[in-house]
Amino acid sequence: MARDTLAAPAIGDTGSRRRLRLPRAALGLLLPVLALLAAEIGVRAGLIPANLLPAPSEIAATIAGLAQQGLAGHVLASTVRVAIGFAGGALLAILLGAAVGLNRTAEALLDPTFQALRAIPSLAWVPLLLLWLGIDEAPKLVLIGIGAFFPVYMGVASGIRDVDRKLIDAARMYRLSRPALARRVLLPAALPAIFTGLRNGLSLAWMFMVAAELIAASQGLGYLLSDGRETSRADIVLAAIVLLALLGKASDSLMQRLENRLLAWRDSYAPA
Amino acid sequence: MTTLLDITIHDKSYGARRVLHNLQLQLRQGEIVSLIGASGCGKSSLLSIVAGLDADFRGSLRLDGKPLTGVHGDIGLIFQEPRLFPWLTVAQNIAFGLGQKGQHDPKVAQLLDEVGLHGLADSLPKQLSGGQAQRAAIARGLFGQPRILLLDEPFSAVDAFTRMKLQYLLADVAARHGLTVLLVTHDIDEALYLSDRIVMLDTRAGPPRAHYDVTAPRPRSRPPATQAALKDAILGELYAAHAI
Repeated sequence: MARDTLAAPAIGDTGSRRRLRLPRAALGLLLPVLALLAAEIGVRAGLIPANLLPAPSEIAATIAGLAQQGLAGHVLASTVRVAIGFAGGALLAILLGAAVGLNRTAEALLDPTFQALRAIPSLAWVPLLLLWLGIDEAPKLVLIGIGAFFPVYMGVASGIRDVDRKLIDAARMYRLSRPALARRVLLPAALPAIFTGLRNGLSLAWMFMVAAELIAASQGLGYLLSDGRETSRADIVLAAIVLLALLGKASDSLMQRLENRLLAWRDSYAPA
Repeated sequence: MTTLLDITIHDKSYGARRVLHNLQLQLRQGEIVSLIGASGCGKSSLLSIVAGLDADFRGSLRLDGKPLTGVHGDIGLIFQEPRLFPWLTVAQNIAFGLGQKGQHDPKVAQLLDEVGLHGLADSLPKQLSGGQAQRAAIARGLFGQPRILLLDEPFSAVDAFTRMKLQYLLADVAARHGLTVLLVTHDIDEALYLSDRIVMLDTRAGPPRAHYDVTAPRPRSRPPATQAALKDAILGELYAAHAI
């Protein structure tokens, strides 16, 4: 059939595709490398004041120096906070989102409240959390959890609600129980939207971690940021920012890998 | 032949719009009946009702003389599109009714052979052509061993050559499994090729506008030269009904 005729040119294609793949991965590095080079040259030529924007080489030296003085502890503290906060918030969001997506009564009961809570700028929670939970770990984890909760909740609830009715009709021919319909059809069909929610939630979790640590912390990348500002060390601030970028990108890449694995069945657009 | 399925619909409406009214239709054991008529004349609604997917109508359905409500294992439905579950392989789709372990059921391999998808058990739906996907959908519909197969314009979305192959496949599996078939179609040649009886629904909701018996024995050859007069008659009636 049509597939057989398509298969032949695809085999001949792999050679040229392999040649293209390497430059494409490298393409993503082009902008950062150019920016770093420009900054380095700019600082060395005296065009950019080094106390505001230290040269990339100096930032690298700062990171190396910090590594001797417990940088790993800061990175670990922040990462653990994000992991715990994100896991808690996302898990709760999956449970509540599924309930709202699967059940009209649960939707009528819960969704208006969550939509109202979602409208609150999340940083407005900070003073309240500090009042209620002190300045310990608890308010930080809760704030990160709140940040992760809403994107995941929206992804799960709307993902289930948007499942194609035609697929559900096909499934109804099997007289599935409601739990079986949810498990075997609705959840897999909603998985792409759920993953979009999880990835958005994860990036918000990193954002909220910084917010939480800027306010009150003695360890973590947010603490490094505020410490660098207080001591007028732009190199420390920038070092922390670089590390945040790397950690955020790394965790998102992991999530993306998981997504590509679990959603390999998607018949989606792949630009040439 | 005995009546297998007895359909009586007094009324089926969507809001103020009535699509089916005082419609009676009997399917005899082993019979292939085609349902033709203009778009929007209620053919698909009728199939939904018979399949048990739509309970919002006035009337009654009887299978073997016993009242029929909701989805029944003896009645399978094949849609216009394949509607395969995209996250399941072809084998998992076919054996969906058995759950996770079903894909290794020997019936799956046998059905794959029968519909001409040998070797594609572990393919994902996205890897199939339109015709292959509809073959998989037919295999899935047959897996539960229904006695009655309902098909809603099953071949309207594929190219002409694939359509002829699929029509041949349907005639073949219907004969082999002794199926009773109710086929909604827009294609008069398809109806003439496949069916024992053609029922034409009217543009206005009401009893069928016309019945035609297709007497040529199955399996049939193509083109149905002997049926040219019948085709003319059907086309004339469709024209009179303002369906074409």
